[in-house]
Amino acid sequence: MKRMKSYSLVLGASFVSVLFVVMLISLVYTPHPPNEMNIRERLQAPSVRHWLGTDNFGRDILSRVMVGSQTAFEVGAVSVAIGLLGGFLVGTLAGYMGRWVDELLMRATDALLAFPGILLALLLVSISKPSLFQTMLAIGILSIPSFARVIRSGVLQHKEADYVKAARGLGAGHANLIFVQIAPNIASSVVTTAALSFSTAVLIEAALSYLGLGVQPPDPSWGRMLNEAQSYLAKAPWFTLAPGLLITLTVLGFNLLGDGIRDLRDKKS
Amino acid sequence: MNYYARRLLTLLLTVLFVLLLTFAAFRIIPGNPALVILGTEATDAQIALLEEKLGTDRPLAEQFADWLVAAFRLDFGESLRFSEPVTHLIAGRLPVTVSLAVMSLVLTIAVGIPLGIIASRARGKAADMLVTIGTQLGLAVPSFWMGIMLILAFGLTLKWFAVSTFTPWSENPLLAVKSLVLPSAALAVPQIAIVVRYLRTSMLEQLGLDYVRTARSKGLRESAVLYKHVLKNALLPVITIIGINFGELLAGSLVIEQVFTLPGIGSLLITAIGNRDYPLVQGLVVLIAFTVIAINFVVDLSYRWLDPKIRLQ
Amino acid sequence: MREAAAIATEASLLDIRNLQIRLGRTRGAGLSVLDGVSLTVERGETIGIVGESGCGKSVLSLSILGLLPSAMRIGGGEIWYEGRHPLHAMTDRDIRAFRGKEIAMIFQDPMSSLNHGLTIGYQITETLRLHLGYSRKEARERAVWLLRKVGLPRPESLLREYPHQLSGGMRQRVMIAIAVSCNPGLLIADEPTTALDVTIQAQILDLMRQIREEDGTSILLISHDFGVIADMCDRVLVMYAGQIVESGTVDELFERPLHPYTAGLLRSIPTPAKKNSPLYSIEGHVPALHERGAGCRFASRCAHATERCRTEQPELVAYRGGHAARCFLAEAEGGNQHAAV
Repeated sequence: MKRMKSYSLVLGASFVSVLFVVMLISLVYTPHPPNEMNIRERLQAPSVRHWLGTDNFGRDILSRVMVGSQTAFEVGAVSVAIGLLGGFLVGTLAGYMGRWVDELLMRATDALLAFPGILLALLLVSISKPSLFQTMLAIGILSIPSFARVIRSGVLQHKEADYVKAARGLGAGHANLIFVQIAPNIASSVVTTAALSFSTAVLIEAALSYLGLGVQPPDPSWGRMLNEAQSYLAKAPWFTLAPGLLITLTVLGFNLLGDGIRDLRDKKS
Repeated sequence: MNYYARRLLTLLLTVLFVLLLTFAAFRIIPGNPALVILGTEATDAQIALLEEKLGTDRPLAEQFADWLVAAFRLDFGESLRFSEPVTHLIAGRLPVTVSLAVMSLVLTIAVGIPLGIIASRARGKAADMLVTIGTQLGLAVPSFWMGIMLILAFGLTLKWFAVSTFTPWSENPLLAVKSLVLPSAALAVPQIAIVVRYLRTSMLEQLGLDYVRTARSKGLRESAVLYKHVLKNALLPVITIIGINFGELLAGSLVIEQVFTLPGIGSLLITAIGNRDYPLVQGLVVLIAFTVIAINFVVDLSYRWLDPKIRLQ
Repeated sequence: MREAAAIATEASLLDIRNLQIRLGRTRGAGLSVLDGVSLTVERGETIGIVGESGCGKSVLSLSILGLLPSAMRIGGGEIWYEGRHPLHAMTDRDIRAFRGKEIAMIFQDPMSSLNHGLTIGYQITETLRLHLGYSRKEARERAVWLLRKVGLPRPESLLREYPHQLSGGMRQRVMIAIAVSCNPGLLIADEPTTALDVTIQAQILDLMRQIREEDGTSILLISHDFGVIADMCDRVLVMYAGQIVESGTVDELFERPLHPYTAGLLRSIPTPAKKNSPLYSIEGHVPALHERGAGCRFASRCAHATERCRTEQPELVAYRGGHAARCFLAEAEGGNQHAAV
């Protein structure tokens, strides 16, 4: 039973690590300059020179895909950070203060959750110019509800726990109670949510960029690459394979990671 | 307070928040919305005209109140680009999206449930792992990429389907369905993954209960035990999941419509955003959000009605 | 040990010969759950099987209709119904004809044993339509008749209700109604009263007696409660760690138990006389499957165990009148002793 459950964690962690390493490598090295256009070599099939072929401008697909991982990780990290911060504020306030504050905040959270993810992102993106920053902000905002819920439930659960009462009896202030006492106990659920939100972020960014409403050139993006690739589907089918595969692997990796951490926590309790 | 009354109240509050959010989204833009729409070359007269049309020259609270009242009458004003009532435009595009959603749901149920039953027959660690990885893969694949791959496989390579042409229902229903096959398949993949995962868990849970032994001891065939006793109970949470996931289905269709160039409300929305056609964007966003909220509400209620233990307390 | 049924003029209703049940799927391998159990049920008889949890009595009852969990299988022995149907060798398909029709079972917990998502009516008519080919209308009428027979009020409206709307006693009556719906020759009752209140227990046992009288149904009653067994049964088999350690009529066992375990069980029955003293319970626990040693399985808990008891397996030996016991001490006394605890 133990081995069965941990393969999720192991597999997820492996995928994520490999991708992370690829991303780090891309910061200093790619087989070809990712933005170097070479019209003579456009839409070439995978070869020794270009492992994944070239795109419609003759750019090396492998290099572009590697650099695209930077955007994926950046968007993921920043939006999770925004979601975590916002969710922490909302969740702690709601859980700690209770009553009408809780009710109000939770209804607002429900309203945010009522929007399918990408719709909210589209709404937020539509009021300003699409850009990397807008994308990260929009996805960050729509990640807030999940974090808020998890943190709130954790706070509610532990608020009345004995160890909290003990700490309070010893004169601990609110800040201490929240950060020092309660926080470590909800850490694993938060980490799970973070992993799952990361994968959602990558998916939504890809969709937004595919629609042209996300990350704009010259910033690289797998999603936008897919859009460019689709026009050449008949001539160069390999063009669509790489970016799509990488989105899948990234999302898969973080999902497995999140599930694995959750299974680990469930096992412990 | 009665459970249903509480749920209704929650519903109304959520609806109110959604409206507030949608309204506020376009008012938090720094500067003059009319100016933003028309651009810096616009004349003062043009700006003033648009302002009057948008109603942005009046106090904010008044604007909201008016907009709210209009929204309840399903009047979202006129599209800036197409000069037609927003509701009218949406209604024209609705059939495509609705048929897409319905077809995806049909596919999800038709494929997901049998697959889930088959998956529940497979026991043991290896089977668990296989099912988990399979469903995770189904969830991880972006549906718009799946759409592209399907076009590649079935549209271009096998040439079974025409690509990027949509025949309206009014013209030829059969061809309309045909042009919706690939997009609904692409949308259905993650839904099927979810169904398989939840149905398997649910079936295995039910199969471990005592009433299964009683059913067998009555001399029922194994298939009768499965379908008449177990499946009925196991499907309940799964149906709820499908309903709750409808929002994601709609979200996916927004992008899929672009992939397959289908004239639905999804592509209308993208166009409207590109045109900065705020009334149209607002109307679409509110409509989609309302639909999701309504469906979630119905699913919640129906779950309570379908489960005899809850229904007859 | 017992007279060979082959010579009997009329075959026993149920004849279990040297049944062995093992854990595991592969041939020959696996721990033994039941070790050479034999018993007969004649027409009209009520046979009781008593023992602590883990002795294998439930497994025995499940094996008759081929309802063993997938982890277990019949490793040897035979199960004959009416002298001519070899239940042990039947495929699932063949044995289905007997389930719910010739042989029916009722289980311990009526709440979990009934399907919470289906109406009472459906669960009763199901068997009627399956085995007796009734139409929906006929089955419904018969179901009402059955519910009335088992003493349930408002049977018509009961058909539309769900298990959770009934009390525990009512649910068990429904289970009995389902079980007797096709007039089975044998009713297997696995701990039918254990999950019920004491007052309801008596009612259910009364009902079973009524069924027995009205329809002549034979009953195989399994329980850990000696009181229930004594109340209902003609003959009793005492099981311990997968074996029968004593068998005889209720009177024989009560008056002169031959096996120390039986004596222990009898002593732990609560009676008004014992009101003020602590209730006796046999020390120790039933050995787990892999803990069973070479000798008598009860030796570790027996106050009178000898060296022979610990190294050699006693056989089940019949003494006067068919009263049998599996004990060296009984052998030594020729079945004349009253086993001490």
